[in-house]
Amino acid sequence: MIGTSETRSHRVKSRCPFERSREREGLGFARHRSSTTLGPNGWRVRCLFFAVFLASATPALAQSRLPPAALADTQLPDSRQEAQARALMETLRCIVCQGQSIADSDADMAGDMRALVRQRIRAGERPEAIRHWLIERYGNWVSYQPPVEPLTWPLWAAPVVLLLGGFLLARGRFKRKARR
Amino acid sequence: MRRIILWAPLAAFVLFVILVTAYLRAPSDTAIRSHLVGRPLPQFALQPAVPSHPGLGAADLRTGQPRLLNVFASWCGPCVVEAPQLMALRRRGVPIDAIAIRDRSEDVAAFLARYGDPFERIGSDPNTQVQIALGSSGVPETFVIDGRGTVRYQHIGPIADSDVPALIAAWEAARQ
Repeated sequence: MIGTSETRSHRVKSRCPFERSREREGLGFARHRSSTTLGPNGWRVRCLFFAVFLASATPALAQSRLPPAALADTQLPDSRQEAQARALMETLRCIVCQGQSIADSDADMAGDMRALVRQRIRAGERPEAIRHWLIERYGNWVSYQPPVEPLTWPLWAAPVVLLLGGFLLARGRFKRKARR
Repeated sequence: MRRIILWAPLAAFVLFVILVTAYLRAPSDTAIRSHLVGRPLPQFALQPAVPSHPGLGAADLRTGQPRLLNVFASWCGPCVVEAPQLMALRRRGVPIDAIAIRDRSEDVAAFLARYGDPFERIGSDPNTQVQIALGSSGVPETFVIDGRGTVRYQHIGPIADSDVPALIAAWEAARQ
């Protein structure tokens, strides 16, 4: 990704490939003819178009050229702290990829969030304090662990309600069978 | 009673299908808004991103006058799209500072030379730490910061022509 974007932008910045190849091959006659039909400005306009199309064909440069942060993909020396960081990362949502945890995502921002988690864990901060700090900024959305609040009560109650319903249903059935 | 119980699963299923179809048809809004809007900026101090501009700290945004804070990157395509609108805002007298995310100095300089430079200060945020502290979810984003350093408004994504009036209105509102 980084390699291709590098070559791509170099090509855009350098002169028009049409022009260069014609010069290199020394097609004096062709150049002469073209300059009479199109004129030097005509070629320049063509090259400009070429450059514009080349530039507009590469909108997905959405990746930084900087290397990942120091702690994005490097484990902490203390294995207990690394385990804490790892567990937290698996329950934090990546902001740009939205369907993945920051532990799973390859996005630059996920890497920077992993680095943030490891730095803070190394500094002795509790995982839940880091989660709280992120929720303060991005809302509950950033955490895969739903908090217990009125909005999520049905969510927490659902397993209990379903189990209870199943139990009552099964009991009714067994009773009827026994009676028969 | 027995009849109702018999039909209940089908009714539940139909309800489920209706809900799923409704939500599939509704355009989803995947923007994640910063929860810092209405609250003070976090403390930060960033090194200059380019030699031609000073760096940016939270204190530089508490000048008594509202300012725009643009979060951008030279590697970000939509940031190119919003460049003319930022220049237009600058021409209308709106002061703009910026944070360059995960960027190299030479790339930022080339970006400014090519697409225009509406910024007074540009801080470099190589590891996205200040962006995360701001609750910003990507590039480009633009915040309105009032004179006391309170975040007043957040615009997510590139600024289109049609977004300029809303930004100016938010900036004007932040003066009071």
